[in-house]
Amino acid sequence: MDIISAFDVIGPIMIGPSSSHTAGALRIALLARGMVRDTIVGARFTLYGSFAETYRGHGTDRALVAGILGFGTEDRKIKDSFTYAQQAGLVYSFVCDTTRRDLHPNTVEIELTDAHGHATMVQGVSLGGGRAEIRAINGIEVRLTGEYSTVLIHQTDAPGVLAYITRVLSEQNINIAFLKLYREKRGETAYTIVEADQEIPQAVVHEMEQHPSIHSAVLVA
Amino acid sequence: MDFMNAAQLLDLCGQQDISLAEAMRRREVELTGVLRARNDERMRRTWQVMQDAIHTPLENPARSMGGLIGGEAAKLDQRTKIQAPVCGAVVANAITYAIGVLEVNASMGLIVAAPTAGSSGVIPGAFAAVQAHLGHSEDDIVDALWCAAAVGYLITLNGTVSGAQGGCQAEVGSASAMAAAGVVQLMGGTPKTSLDAAGIAITNLLGLVCDPIAGLVESPCQTRNALGAAGALVAAELALAGVALPVPFDEVVDAMSRVGASLPYELRETALGGVAATATACRLAAGGCGDCAK
Repeated sequence: MDIISAFDVIGPIMIGPSSSHTAGALRIALLARGMVRDTIVGARFTLYGSFAETYRGHGTDRALVAGILGFGTEDRKIKDSFTYAQQAGLVYSFVCDTTRRDLHPNTVEIELTDAHGHATMVQGVSLGGGRAEIRAINGIEVRLTGEYSTVLIHQTDAPGVLAYITRVLSEQNINIAFLKLYREKRGETAYTIVEADQEIPQAVVHEMEQHPSIHSAVLVA
Repeated sequence: MDFMNAAQLLDLCGQQDISLAEAMRRREVELTGVLRARNDERMRRTWQVMQDAIHTPLENPARSMGGLIGGEAAKLDQRTKIQAPVCGAVVANAITYAIGVLEVNASMGLIVAAPTAGSSGVIPGAFAAVQAHLGHSEDDIVDALWCAAAVGYLITLNGTVSGAQGGCQAEVGSASAMAAAGVVQLMGGTPKTSLDAAGIAITNLLGLVCDPIAGLVESPCQTRNALGAAGALVAAELALAGVALPVPFDEVVDAMSRVGASLPYELRETALGGVAATATACRLAAGGCGDCAK
């Protein structure tokens, strides 16, 4: 938080009971949802630490499902998200793991399955005050908060990809606030996360996908 | 235009002959670039959500997710309609509203974290009670919210409003200070008087621990919100009469942070100490709280 606004102090307006266990959890799920382009049919949540111990009384489970359904943190439908999930054909389940002490106390791992059976694994933490951060995507460690307009690019680690991405953005006069490339091994799968000051238009995201080494680009926030 | 502590804020208000609310408004416009009218509109919506959260539990009481609370605001409302309230009508209303908002929060209703969800009942409780008895306009209340925001901003910047860091004094204590300053402004008090009231409100709750039963934002959070709202009215009354602590607000915030840092881990939202660690609380938490069962 760089500037403390009046609405950070008297706010956020949110569905209770907890900014970290309810609003923050929902934000993690909402970001995870943004990473999957096709219809999500399955969600498996693994809860750690304080999430695992108190999730029912904090409605963390309902908030997570609400996030996958695309509800915002102010949506009164959050409380009944299980019913809405059933209507939407979303199958969900929860697993608790209270043994891991190395993780942040409010950590959740979300495994999403789309209509084609393709799986995406996202790990996120709730930082307090409703803020959230994605810490890993499909096993690759990343940092993503969704506080800026954000594009997640899945690519093959190859020369020139980053140059192409920045050129596409600069041609549209979009100022990059943060840009990070994450990879596991040289020449294999990598993720680039671009956070911009201006709203990144969908057309720009499509243009990024024209590069042969870019498998997908999605507007997460 | 920005201010980093209460001393700077008071200087600024003195030089420009403006209220705490006005200083906070101008700061918001300058630092975020969002137009003044839009910010006020947003604050009006904030007040609307607070009012809804006050009235909902009186008409439709709901059980909390954890099952520890629900229906308390309606009980108070009923009693004070039939019998004369022990603490007077204004305070009775303030505590009824404050605990009602906590019911809404605990049953997954819509609230305004002010400054946190766990202390969300204090400001609406105090403001709505004063408004109901003294007939303040919506604009007056919006102004008081800006004033409360100025105080909350200073505590967030120079101290903490997190129960995990500073205990309940940081949550309900801060909310009480914010509410006290706003009430003083509603009553026509000066910026200095508002900050005097804020200092009294925090100091009166200094050391208050955060010991939520079963780790939930339900009990004793709910009754402490009642205390925070009532404490805000007490602090405002004292300050408006010219009673003030000999210690300025900035030093009170500093003292609160130090007390928070010296609180043991068990008394900072972990549900391992205080009433959360009693035999009964552990039974209530059965199945959920692993460490508690030891």
